Amino acid sequence: MIGNEPKGFTVLDLLSLELKEQNALDLTCVAGRAGLGRQITVPDLNRPGLALAGFYESFAWNRLQVFGRGECAYLSKLDAEGSHGSVETLFSYDVPCCIFTSSLRPSVSFSEAAEKAGCPVLVTSLNSNEFSGRVLRILSDIFAPKTTIHGVLVEVFGIGILLVGDSGVGKSETALELIERGHRLVADDVVEIRCVNGSILMGQGANKVIGHHMEIRGLGIINITHLYGVGAIRDKKQIQLVCQLEDWDPDKVYDRIGMDELTTDILGVKVPMLEIPVKPGRNIPIIIETASMNERLKKMGYHSAKEFNQNIMRWLESENARTLYFSRDDY
Amino acid sequence: MVELETTIRNRAGIHARPSAMIAQTAIKFSSRIFLEKNGNKINAKSIMGIITLAASFGSKIRITADGSDEVAAAEAIKALFESGFNEELG
Repeated sequence: MIGNEPKGFTVLDLLSLELKEQNALDLTCVAGRAGLGRQITVPDLNRPGLALAGFYESFAWNRLQVFGRGECAYLSKLDAEGSHGSVETLFSYDVPCCIFTSSLRPSVSFSEAAEKAGCPVLVTSLNSNEFSGRVLRILSDIFAPKTTIHGVLVEVFGIGILLVGDSGVGKSETALELIERGHRLVADDVVEIRCVNGSILMGQGANKVIGHHMEIRGLGIINITHLYGVGAIRDKKQIQLVCQLEDWDPDKVYDRIGMDELTTDILGVKVPMLEIPVKPGRNIPIIIETASMNERLKKMGYHSAKEFNQNIMRWLESENARTLYFSRDDY
Repeated sequence: MVELETTIRNRAGIHARPSAMIAQTAIKFSSRIFLEKNGNKINAKSIMGIITLAASFGSKIRITADGSDEVAAAEAIKALFESGFNEELG
């Protein structure tokens, strides 16, 4: 596992995140530009109401400080009284940044104090509630435990399947055939996996530059988006099944019933795993497709192997009863 | 050709799991192995085949093996039946 914290996530990084509509933070820096390099070390917010009132015990200075209407009203009261003591104390801490919500503007004296302390002051048009929700979600994503795995992530019938296995076993070729059959590529070769909310494994390409290119032996680098269209790709997908492709080992016992469910551990989350032996003549993409549909059935509560066996057991039981009946001497 | 007789000892009979154990043991041998019950004869290397025998508790099964490793094969399959497939015995 690679480190939990991103290497130096700064306020500037927060400002320059590329976020889509429903996630946009709409932040602009209005003061303290010199401090944009300050690091955000915890994915948390603080409302500095108590601090402004002069109570600095247990002050969570290392969090993003969010100023809403209440804080702003208090700041203008302090301004009117001409007391700047608590604002100066606030800036004596190494706070990562101050964020004013609902397009509120910091007072001149506050901006000057921030400028002097080199603490960035940001303004967002969102209200405190909405901003808190979005920024916490974004930060928890950024601070989520992550790892990178060598494999191919594809979406097959809506199930995120991570294909893993040794180099040359045919992961990319399998993925290519799956794409050809109308499924989607998420990432090839290097898959970055984040553990979101402690239980969801989100996989995506580790590098935007690699994008949706694949390396196919004998062909070289191909661009899936250009070849198969935008419908054949996806940016990220939850990993719901791991398929381990391996060369057929004649001495190994492969699952033939499907009642024992193997799981594998990624970032502390257990994911169902299938070991799929590869040998010439086995059509792996079809097997993966079937595995995906079977996984969907299981999620819906139908477990083919278990139900099959229950039927067999019931049948054997009735056969047994019949035998006992006919073998009685006194009927 | 080797012929051995055995009886189903586990209470549940030959359902999916025991049947997989038989097939996986049988497949290790190159001999042709068959199981026979009430005149039905099936290939011991086929899981679905073994299940269709409907071999419930107490049924008598005849194991036949034919090939270079026939003795070992028949003994191995018989041992499986005798062990009751690590299940509850009747």
